[in-house]
Amino acid sequence: MIEVEGLTVRFGGVTPIDGMSVTFPGGTCGLIGPNGAGKTTFFNVLSGFVRPVAGTIRAFGDDLLKMGDFRRARWGLRRTFQTEQAIEHLSVFDNVAMVHEHSRGHGVSKTQAVADALEFVGLDLSPKTKVGGLGARERRLIEVARAIVGKPRVVLLDEPAAGLPDEETAHMGRVIQRIPEHFGALVVLVDHDMSLVSACCQTTAVLDFGKLIASGPTAEVLRDEHVMRAYLGTEEEL
Amino acid sequence: MSVVGTRGGTAVLRRAPVAVEPGTLVRGAVVVGLLAIVIFALPSLVGSDWITTFTSVAIYSVVALGFGILYGRVGMISLGQVALLSIGCWIGARMSYATSIPFPILLVVDGAITCVIGVLVGLPSLRLSGLYLALITLMFAGATTVVLSVIDFPNGGHGFKGRLGAGQLATSTPPVRRPSIAHGDTAYYRYVVVVVAILFVVALLHVSTKPGRAWAAIRESEPAALAAGVNITLYKMWAFALASFVTGVAGCLLAAELGVPRAITFQTQDSLTLAATALIGGIFSLWGAIVAGVFNQLLPFIFQAQWSIDTNFLLIIFGAGLLQVLLTAPGGLAEQFPKDMKNLGKLLWRLGRRVTQR
Repeated sequence: MIEVEGLTVRFGGVTPIDGMSVTFPGGTCGLIGPNGAGKTTFFNVLSGFVRPVAGTIRAFGDDLLKMGDFRRARWGLRRTFQTEQAIEHLSVFDNVAMVHEHSRGHGVSKTQAVADALEFVGLDLSPKTKVGGLGARERRLIEVARAIVGKPRVVLLDEPAAGLPDEETAHMGRVIQRIPEHFGALVVLVDHDMSLVSACCQTTAVLDFGKLIASGPTAEVLRDEHVMRAYLGTEEEL
Repeated sequence: MSVVGTRGGTAVLRRAPVAVEPGTLVRGAVVVGLLAIVIFALPSLVGSDWITTFTSVAIYSVVALGFGILYGRVGMISLGQVALLSIGCWIGARMSYATSIPFPILLVVDGAITCVIGVLVGLPSLRLSGLYLALITLMFAGATTVVLSVIDFPNGGHGFKGRLGAGQLATSTPPVRRPSIAHGDTAYYRYVVVVVAILFVVALLHVSTKPGRAWAAIRESEPAALAAGVNITLYKMWAFALASFVTGVAGCLLAAELGVPRAITFQTQDSLTLAATALIGGIFSLWGAIVAGVFNQLLPFIFQAQWSIDTNFLLIIFGAGLLQVLLTAPGGLAEQFPKDMKNLGKLLWRLGRRVTQR
C-alpha cells in the first residue's frame, strides 16, 4: 500500500503536482490523466529524482522520501521509463542481472532469478543476445523483466506498451496483471491506453493539472463526469 | 584480451552444467597464442631499439585502457590520463631512489597512490560531464606538465627529496632500478608484457561482471541507473580508481623503462593524442587499447627512426583517422577490422567460387 498525503511539487512558477493525496491499496493501480497532468512527475518523486516541497509518501509503512534515490531500488521500488532504457551494449542477461545485483536480499541465485524474470515476461530468446539488435517488443519486455526481477515491492510502469501494436499490448497487459499475485508487489500503471488500464487495474486514480480529480474502482472512475471532462475538455474551455 | 570471460555464467541459464562456449575457447586460445608470440618470438625477430619501442607500446596500451574504461564504459571523458602516467612515473622514480622495496610491490604501491590522486581528479565528474569534464581534466594535465617542469622532474638525488644541481642532472642521475629478474631490455620487455597482461585481465574481470554492468547502465542513462539501484557516485569513482591504478602501474613500468625519466617525455598534448588513438583503436573493446598503444608508440618510432619523417605529421594522420572513425566506425579499429576481414574473406570466397565454376 502506498499512501500519499498533500504532495506538492514546484518547478519555479509551475506546480506540476498540487496537494495530491491518494492511496494505492494494492494489486494493480492505474494512474491516468491528460498530457502534463503530473503522472511522470509523480513517478519521479517516488524515484527520488524530484524533491517535493510538501507532503509525505509512505510505502508499506516506510517513509519513501527519507530514503536516498538509489536505496529506494534496493528497498524494492522499481520502475520503467516512457522511453525505454534497456542498455544497448549489454546482453539480455546482463541487462536484467544488473538490476538484480543492486536490489535487496534474494533467496535464489542471480542466474535463476534472471531466467525466472525472462520466463515471466514471456521472452524466449537467448539471454546472450545483445539488446542493441532487438525490436521494440523485446526491449519493452526486457524493461518489465528488469522491473520485476528478484523481489520487487512497488513496480511503477510508465506507459510500458507505448508504441506497441494491439496484439503485443494485450500480451503486455497479461504480464502486468500477473505481477501482483506472482511477486506480491504493488503495481502502478500509467498509460493512455484505456483498454489496457481497464484490463489490468482494479483501482484507478486520475490526475489533472497536478490535482487528483477522481479515484476508486476503475470502471466507476472511467465513467466519472469530471474524468470525461478532463479528457475531452468542456465547451467553455473550447 | 577482448571479452573472453563467460558473461557471468550465462551458460548456466539453460540449466546445463557449466559449459564453456566454443567461441570463448577459441578467443582464449588466440589470446594465449598471441601472448606467447609477443613474449617469446618477437624479441628474437627484431632489434634492440624495436624492443624498447614495444615495451612503450605495452605501457601506453595500459594508459589507453584506462581512457577506454572511463569513456567507453562509463561515458566520462578524461583528457588527463597521460598526466596520471607522468605522476605514476614520478612516484615510481622517487620511491625507487628512496626505498629498496621489491619491484612488484613498488608497482602496486605506485598504482595505489596514483589511484588516490586519480579519484581526486575524477571528483568533478560527479557534477560535470561531457565537454566540461574534458576541459577540467585537460587543465589538470596542463597543470601537471607545468609542475613537473618547474621542479625538474624527477630530479634524482637520493631519498624522497634529494636534489641534484642543474649541471649534475644529466650526468649523475642514477637510473630507476628495474626488477632484479629483468635487467636487460629484452628481459624487461617480457616482464612488462606479463604485468600489462595481468592489468588487462583485471580490467576484463571488471567490465564483464557487476561493475561493468553498472558502468554500462550509467553510460546509457543516469536516471535509469539510479532507478535500478546503482550507486552512481561509488561506481564513477570506482572507474576512476581502476583507470588510475592501472595508469599508475604503467607509470612505474615506464620509469624503470626510461631509467632517467624527464619532464619533456610528458607533454600536455600527449593526453589529446592518447585520446585520439584510443578512439581510433576502439574504446568499447579491450583490443582497442592495444591498437591505441601501437598507434601511439610504434608509429612515431617507425616514422622517426625508420623513415626519418617528422613525427608531427602523425598528428595529421591521427586527426584524419579520428574523423574517419567518428563518422563511419564508432567502435574503432577493434570493431571494424574483424568486420572488414570477414567481408574480404567473403569476397575472396565468392571470387574463388566464380573462378572454379568457369
